[in-house]
Amino acid sequence: MHVVSGKGGTGKTTVAAALALALASEGRRTLLVEVEGRQGIAQLFETEALPYEERRIAAGPGGGEVFALAIDPELALLDYLEMFYKLGRAGKALKKMGAVDFATTVAPGLRDVLLTGKACEAVRRKGPDGRRVYDAVVMDAPPTGRITRFLNVNDEVAGLARIGPVHNQAQAVMRVLKSPETAVHLVTLLEEMPVQETVDGVAELRAAQLPVGGVVVNMVRPALLDADAVAAAEDGRRAEVVRALSAAGLGGTRRGGSAERLFDPLLAEAREHAERVALEHLQRAEIAALGLPGYELGMQGEGIDLAGLYRLAGSLRKQGAA
Amino acid sequence: MNARDGAPTVSGREPAGPGPAVREPAGQDPAGAWRPAEDREPLDVVPLAVDALLDDPGTRIVVCCGSGGVGKTTTAAALGVRAAERGRRVVVLTIDPARRLAQSMGLNELDNTPRRVEGVDGSAGGELSAMMLDMKRTFDEVVLAHTDAARARAILENPFYQALSAGFAGTQEYMAMEKLGQLRARGEWDLIVVDTPPSRSALDFLDAPKRLGSFLDGRFIKLLMAPAKVGGRGALKFLNAGMSMVTGVLNKVVGTQLLGDVQTFVAAMDTMFGGFRKRADATYRLLQAPGTAFLVVASPERDALREAAYFVERLAADEMPLAGLVLNRVHGTGAPQLSAERALAAAEALEEPFGAEDPGAEGPGPEAAGDPDAGGQETDGVAGLPGGSAGGGRQAGVSGSPARSPELLAAGMLRLHAERMQVMARERRTRDRFVAVHPEVPVVEVAALPGDVHDLDGLRTVGARLGGV
Repeated sequence: MHVVSGKGGTGKTTVAAALALALASEGRRTLLVEVEGRQGIAQLFETEALPYEERRIAAGPGGGEVFALAIDPELALLDYLEMFYKLGRAGKALKKMGAVDFATTVAPGLRDVLLTGKACEAVRRKGPDGRRVYDAVVMDAPPTGRITRFLNVNDEVAGLARIGPVHNQAQAVMRVLKSPETAVHLVTLLEEMPVQETVDGVAELRAAQLPVGGVVVNMVRPALLDADAVAAAEDGRRAEVVRALSAAGLGGTRRGGSAERLFDPLLAEAREHAERVALEHLQRAEIAALGLPGYELGMQGEGIDLAGLYRLAGSLRKQGAA
Repeated sequence: MNARDGAPTVSGREPAGPGPAVREPAGQDPAGAWRPAEDREPLDVVPLAVDALLDDPGTRIVVCCGSGGVGKTTTAAALGVRAAERGRRVVVLTIDPARRLAQSMGLNELDNTPRRVEGVDGSAGGELSAMMLDMKRTFDEVVLAHTDAARARAILENPFYQALSAGFAGTQEYMAMEKLGQLRARGEWDLIVVDTPPSRSALDFLDAPKRLGSFLDGRFIKLLMAPAKVGGRGALKFLNAGMSMVTGVLNKVVGTQLLGDVQTFVAAMDTMFGGFRKRADATYRLLQAPGTAFLVVASPERDALREAAYFVERLAADEMPLAGLVLNRVHGTGAPQLSAERALAAAEALEEPFGAEDPGAEGPGPEAAGDPDAGGQETDGVAGLPGGSAGGGRQAGVSGSPARSPELLAAGMLRLHAERMQVMARERRTRDRFVAVHPEVPVVEVAALPGDVHDLDGLRTVGARLGGV
């Protein structure tokens, strides 16, 4: 089970989808699970909204398959009650009484129990041949700030319900989540806040004894110029650079000439870039200090499309993530 | 959705725009050359006058909302600083600020009370306080304030309460509303800036009162309360068969002890629920009042703006007063006359004599670590440019150092500029998709900063950009 978290805006849904694709190579089968009801997976794979049902959404390279499931907590609850307790009419009565509402919205902790429970059920499920139905389950999980609590909710529940089936179920889920079969990956950008959140998140996960996987640095942009280059441009190279711009056909070098007028704005952009590169360098060092496997994914331009997703999957595979 | 379907691009690449995208240089534009890098005429937007909003004594509450990672908290803090320095008595209520941002306002701990922010220029008669919401403590305070000591203790010690108040997701929304109501009732500030919780859905906090209401009106809660009220589980037999069946099932599923805890909790909370709900309703109405202004915060990215559009519609449906959209991290250029295509072509011409045979050696930038493909192949930002060859993203393969060769230095600057123009074009298109659907929403664009904000000066800079200076 791969749990993919990250600060909001870092592209964790995209990374989760790419990972599911990457893991679905050579005839393997993966399940991509959405827990936040945003239908982000459907948008990524350019399909209609996902129902509460495991559905094949993409082919992996070499005959693999990716299935997707958007977990609806309400249906998951009824599902769960039905499966474990054969409730029949009582299940409907519960719904009518507002118990399902209560469980899934007012006490959202129970919602998290259902979401993690359903995902773990998929991990453990076996086919008629005794083999696991899915080779890997990838969860597009809640953001870093909530991930530890989200995964640990079953511990809390096991503490609340100290005996009985809920207690047992909660413990079974925790066993999957804390086993070496699970890895929690964090997605980040090379920016201070997401990196800080990643560092904090790793500390929290480790403190909760949840298995931390890797750090995926998303939307990496190439460094074109560094501080040395910018310093050189600032330091007396103006005339030469302007001559070069002019030689490239961008206008005259005289004061007020087109090439000359380009220099200052271009230098300002280069300066911002160099500043960013220097900051990114620091962020990389912070991530490296975590001592976790790291993966980098390049910037994909305008949003992400199916082709981009396969490219990212290829890149993850090449980097050994799958 | 529809905005996305109508997207002009396929496969995330730039369409090769016909002809050069030369525009007249920026004139008096206060933001310094914010010109579109597009051939297509950009859509007009109604400018959002942030300063006028902050200066208006009628503005009592500003709510910043939007999806995660768009700079919501920074925006709220920057608005607070700016309003205070323009003479308002302001309190900023943040939910879960990044540590360094919190420190920039002098908040080192989560203590649930507003603290005066030092270093804010009070010469205009204003002041700034800031606080971080502590959910559990807010919840505890509510309990203590509205029940007698014995009952309060029973609630605070109830295991179900402890789990709930410690922040099962969702409690945050109730408590943010509760705190807002409290701050408003204290009357010490004439402007409250609220940062909304990082919810699953950015809208959860709007639903909080309603959800609470349906919870309290629900038959389920009455059912839960019934046994405890009548004095224990023996009372079950007085309930009708359907109800006892349900309770029986619940016992079977969650275990007697947990159900008992929940029942005790609900019974103990019963007396204060009414007041709780009344205040949540009052806060909801306060949000609808003319003194409130909602600012939807977004970055110029597809997902963030889709969420923003959804938010705008939702606010309208709830009759919440929307002031406008804050579009953060927008890029600009001082050289809009030079198109991405021309810049790239010129860069290639300059690089040509240097060849591309020695990757790695003195390659510009510290990217050498890791798989070169990770940084190279997918970086469509540059490689996908029209006219940019497949090697466009492989600039690292060019030998020689930009620090030494003016040609390579110029080429590097041109490539950066091309990337910048591309980013701008993309941002403009994304923004226009929003504007096309919601032309009535005023927009203010805030220029991207190279780094994060972690001091008052940084917040002042963001504030000035919000003010359009």
